[in-house]
Amino acid sequence: MSTTKFLFSGFGGQGILFAGKFIAYKGLTDGKQVSWLPSYGPEMRGGTASCSVIVSDSAVGSPIVSKPDVLVAMNLPSLDRFEDAVEPGGIIFADSTLIERKVKRTDVTVYYVPATRLASENGLGNLANMIIIGKVLKVLDDFGDDSVAAALKKVISAKHADMMDINAKAMRLGAEYQE
Amino acid sequence: MADKVLMKGNEAIAEAAIIAGCRHYFGYPITPQTEIAAYMAKKMPKIGGVFLQAESEIAAINMVYGVASAGKRVMTSSSSPGVSLKGEGLSYLAGADLPSLIVNVQRGGPGLGGIQPSQSDYFQATRGGGHGDYHMIVLAPASVQEMAELTIKGFELADTYRMTSMILADGTMGQMMEPVALDLKVNPAPEKPWATTGTKLQREHNIINSLSLIPEELEKFNFDRYERYKIVEEKETMYEEYMMEDADICVTAFGIAARVSKNAVDEARKRGIKAGMIRPITLWPFPVAPFAKAADKVKEFISVELSMGQMIEDVKLATSCKRPVTLCNRAGGMIPDPEQVLRAIEAAAKNGGVR
Repeated sequence: MSTTKFLFSGFGGQGILFAGKFIAYKGLTDGKQVSWLPSYGPEMRGGTASCSVIVSDSAVGSPIVSKPDVLVAMNLPSLDRFEDAVEPGGIIFADSTLIERKVKRTDVTVYYVPATRLASENGLGNLANMIIIGKVLKVLDDFGDDSVAAALKKVISAKHADMMDINAKAMRLGAEYQE
Repeated sequence: MADKVLMKGNEAIAEAAIIAGCRHYFGYPITPQTEIAAYMAKKMPKIGGVFLQAESEIAAINMVYGVASAGKRVMTSSSSPGVSLKGEGLSYLAGADLPSLIVNVQRGGPGLGGIQPSQSDYFQATRGGGHGDYHMIVLAPASVQEMAELTIKGFELADTYRMTSMILADGTMGQMMEPVALDLKVNPAPEKPWATTGTKLQREHNIINSLSLIPEELEKFNFDRYERYKIVEEKETMYEEYMMEDADICVTAFGIAARVSKNAVDEARKRGIKAGMIRPITLWPFPVAPFAKAADKVKEFISVELSMGQMIEDVKLATSCKRPVTLCNRAGGMIPDPEQVLRAIEAAAKNGGVR
């Protein structure tokens, strides 16, 4: 039995809640128990956004993630705020385009992905979130084209079906990225 | 089993209400429950229903009174300060014995307070919310699935007992997404011969009213109503027991506090402490029986709440104060974490029930 607690954090407009929703749907299509909980402060575009996602083999207790196993930090304030909260032995994914400093913790594994730069270089607009998600799934040994497509189909509404391929492309780019 | 979809708790309430046959929704926006209104605004026009954003919470609850008088399933939703505004209407609904569903997705108070989750409207909900002798049936979901199921249950109970049902949720339950199966069974609304549906010159007028100036008569209405409440208490109490068979320490919590507490109970068990949990699902009627039973077996009760301690009073009443009942709480929009609950359990285990 295993449970993985994810915390996604960045600024509004980066697709933080969407990235979390994708991971939750991925868990659901893989037959896991999941929960997704956004921060819902009086934030606006450009403010901070974060969400807790739990993917588990058994029923999810508290949906609140205060000590993540996996932290995805998409900007510096997010890393500053949550770095110390990560479980020892946990994993931090940092968007190194926007976070110039290194992670201080030595008891966690860190992956620096210049997701924002990769997105603009590859004509992927604002899909830095999905690039980093590709890397997350790869590292967690959970990246399968079929399961990714199945989850994308759930999370992208039929109205925006034309976004499927570009999201999949962004995730593959992240999965294949080597530091 | 139908496919599960991920839904916010607020959306699950709205969808379940539609499944239950509710075609009239009146509300006024307030965080953290606005998704209910947004969902209704989108869906109701497509299915021939009515979504109306009222000019105020007070207007909305009185529109509920109107539709309930006509015998239709009807609801409104709000969050704490908005529910206070509805207080007068809740009392009138009770006085006129009208069935309806009210949702309170609680936020921190008092006053305008904040917008983060809270359970500090427990007293208001379980003691009626307005003036006079009356109760509402108060349902406390602890998952998105239960947000949907209890919404349907709420409509059914309201119709059966001609009472207001309240879904007492909180910001976390409203905002979180979980998989939910929506293949839900619904008992259609029963015949309502008392409703004001037009006499068609075939019968006497039905009158919906909460005014009775003859005290002997008003007293009888109250006595009769409480006879009905007695049946609700006997038949409709709901709760969940978790690891209570051999428990020494009984944690009790509802809604999000129960989700947090479950983690703590699991961790306590790993550490060799026999902890268990009673989770009331109906807050009124309060599940007295499992507490009375537990009071003869456990050493201590811990009431975990997102308030300054409100349900704890019902726990003390239900256990006749046979064992110590301690409070483990956060307030004002803060949520206890499992570690805080675990520390409370460990302290209780150490004290062995002596306080």
